[in-house]
Amino acid sequence: MTERTVDRRNFLRASLGAAGGMAAFAAAVSPLKDFDTSDLTLEGFLQKHYKEMTPEDKEQALERIRKEVEERYAVRPELRDLPPIDGVEFGYALNLGRCIGCRRCVHACVEENNQSRDPEIQYIRVLELPRGSIDVERSDHHYDDREVPNPDSFYMPVQCHQCANPPCVKVCPVEATWREADGVVVVDYDWCIGCRYCAAACPYFARRFNYAEPEIPKERLNPNMNYLSNRPRKKGVMEKCHFCLQRTRAGRMPACLEVCPVGARQFGNLLDPESNVSQILKTKQIFVLKQEAGTLPRFFYYFD
Amino acid sequence: MKTYLEFLARCFRLSFVGDWRYYTWMFALTAIALLGLNAYCRQLVDGLATTGMTDQVSWGMYIANFTYLVGMAAAAVMLVIPVYIYRRHELHDLVIFGELLAVAVIFMCLAFVTVDLGRPDRFMHLFLRLNFPVSMLSWDVIVLNVYLLLNLHICGYLIYCAYRRKKPARAFYIPFVFIAIVWAFSIHTVTAFLYVGLGSRPFWNSAIIAPRFLASAFAAGPAFIILTLQVIRRFTGYRITDEALRILKGIVTVALTINMFLLGCELFVEFYTGSTHAVSMHYLFFGLHGYDALVPWIWTAVALNSAALVVLYTPASRRIWVMDLACVAMIVGIWIEKGMGLIVPAFIPSPLGEVVEYLPTWNETLVCLGIWAAGLLVYTILVRVTVPVLKGDLVHEEAATGTDRVARSADRTQSARVEGAPGSA
Repeated sequence: MTERTVDRRNFLRASLGAAGGMAAFAAAVSPLKDFDTSDLTLEGFLQKHYKEMTPEDKEQALERIRKEVEERYAVRPELRDLPPIDGVEFGYALNLGRCIGCRRCVHACVEENNQSRDPEIQYIRVLELPRGSIDVERSDHHYDDREVPNPDSFYMPVQCHQCANPPCVKVCPVEATWREADGVVVVDYDWCIGCRYCAAACPYFARRFNYAEPEIPKERLNPNMNYLSNRPRKKGVMEKCHFCLQRTRAGRMPACLEVCPVGARQFGNLLDPESNVSQILKTKQIFVLKQEAGTLPRFFYYFD
Repeated sequence: MKTYLEFLARCFRLSFVGDWRYYTWMFALTAIALLGLNAYCRQLVDGLATTGMTDQVSWGMYIANFTYLVGMAAAAVMLVIPVYIYRRHELHDLVIFGELLAVAVIFMCLAFVTVDLGRPDRFMHLFLRLNFPVSMLSWDVIVLNVYLLLNLHICGYLIYCAYRRKKPARAFYIPFVFIAIVWAFSIHTVTAFLYVGLGSRPFWNSAIIAPRFLASAFAAGPAFIILTLQVIRRFTGYRITDEALRILKGIVTVALTINMFLLGCELFVEFYTGSTHAVSMHYLFFGLHGYDALVPWIWTAVALNSAALVVLYTPASRRIWVMDLACVAMIVGIWIEKGMGLIVPAFIPSPLGEVVEYLPTWNETLVCLGIWAAGLLVYTILVRVTVPVLKGDLVHEEAATGTDRVARSADRTQSARVEGAPGSA
């Protein structure tokens, strides 16, 4: 009899403990009820790495993304997967003697590439430097661009340098970022696990992480999209400048170049000796930022 | 197989049995772990914006704790080496507690890297397209998981043998013990290479980081084990001699001395040269352009470590409580020095010269506390079920009836323990 009472008491105690534990656990995970599950589709989960996709897989992925964009932004995007062009390696040259630090490139880039507006993600950082020094430690990142150019300063825009020996690609644990045949370093936003090792490896502060869910007003969405470049991203993945692949692989110029009011930006094919960029490399005084890092940038600075 | 499942079931049941102190401890840990889980759920919903990390300082408290704990896990070998290589028998029966600690701590390490991921739902990509051998992070994934398996195997095998009153077969664990020794060095070396290999971060890009990691790990780890062993001794009556603690103290003293020396070497190179490389170090120790969030922390660490070192070299430290005090000081000191003190300054200033400071948010602090609590919970349970098995209080029934049934006499306990403990063979 006594034994049974003890048993019952133990049983009661155990069930109470179990129930209390379950309740506490349920309370702990309760924030998950606000979790946006739209990004956790089976299709997305099973999607292969970009380089392993067959043409059918790719078409399927593109269609899935088109649908998602349409649902979210009420715009049917012109989403493509433009391949690199044979015999082309893109290069960029920026004339420090001309740049006035107006930051129009920064904003044109955001408009073109569907970055989050809240919080705003910018690929280009313009440094205001005192004349007589290119020591970035002395730069001002937050100068007022309504009062430019300041006669005592010069301006150095920095964006992804599309390195030929990219440290960010080397460190990625899942090959979610790589260098394409035309020299552009791209990110597969559907493959990135968000460890941010590439951001730690980049010597140019070129990589941006989606710490929060990106917010783009519907009317601001650029419907001209490419898989490896400006399609909308989700929170938790890395992104960066990709030389406007959706434009440049279709024969157009990057948005930052088109908007530049002083013609400080030059873009073209390094493999074509007659291109603007090749001519600049041959005839001007050029330098690359942080040459000692050994990253072999495809982004050059020059003076007139 | 059936016996094994029964063993696991008995262990599971046993983990719910204890006195009021045990319940209070476990209840507190569970509560903190759940608070951490709650904070992590909020992070899953709102993204890593719930942390203090930014594009400029893209790694923070999570990776800092991860780095510290990898060292803690590696430190288990500092119990193994004296026993298996130098034949110090006082530590024989204690090695298993070091290995169990390694298991619990690696679990914490894996938790810390997981909470740092923006897309943890894509962890499968690590299996599908691991960038091995190019990415050091892929090495780390491999060495940490293998180290976890090695220690799980060694502990699990020895404890199960003790449960069945069987003599462990040397071939089943001795080779793994030696592999684990080498492997312990590898986990911390690879973790150091994770940082050292980045040319864009001069603060990390120094060959001395890997040796410094090992030295600080072999100081803080055994210091933590010294404290745990005393807790085990007090609450379970498991036989742990003061002599065993003193051997560990010797290791800690040497390791801490080497650590301080290496730190000195590094500071000399950075500051005497006066090149721009020293700018992050300058930020850490003296602040930069008026930004100095880490300055009080690092000086606290220097003070704690120096005090611990001085105390350990004075005769006063022969008293156990003085030694314990030194251990606590250095555990905290090294946590600051190679946690936040090693990770955050590498990002300040940014590669483009911008100074953005890092301040952890409440939410990420709760996640960290939660993981620590969960790790301690795991370790407590592991020790809770291991001690009775090694003492011979929890045995397989057949094994118990098969031999003389004088069980639980002091004599019996002794022999069971010697059989069960690694290195007894």
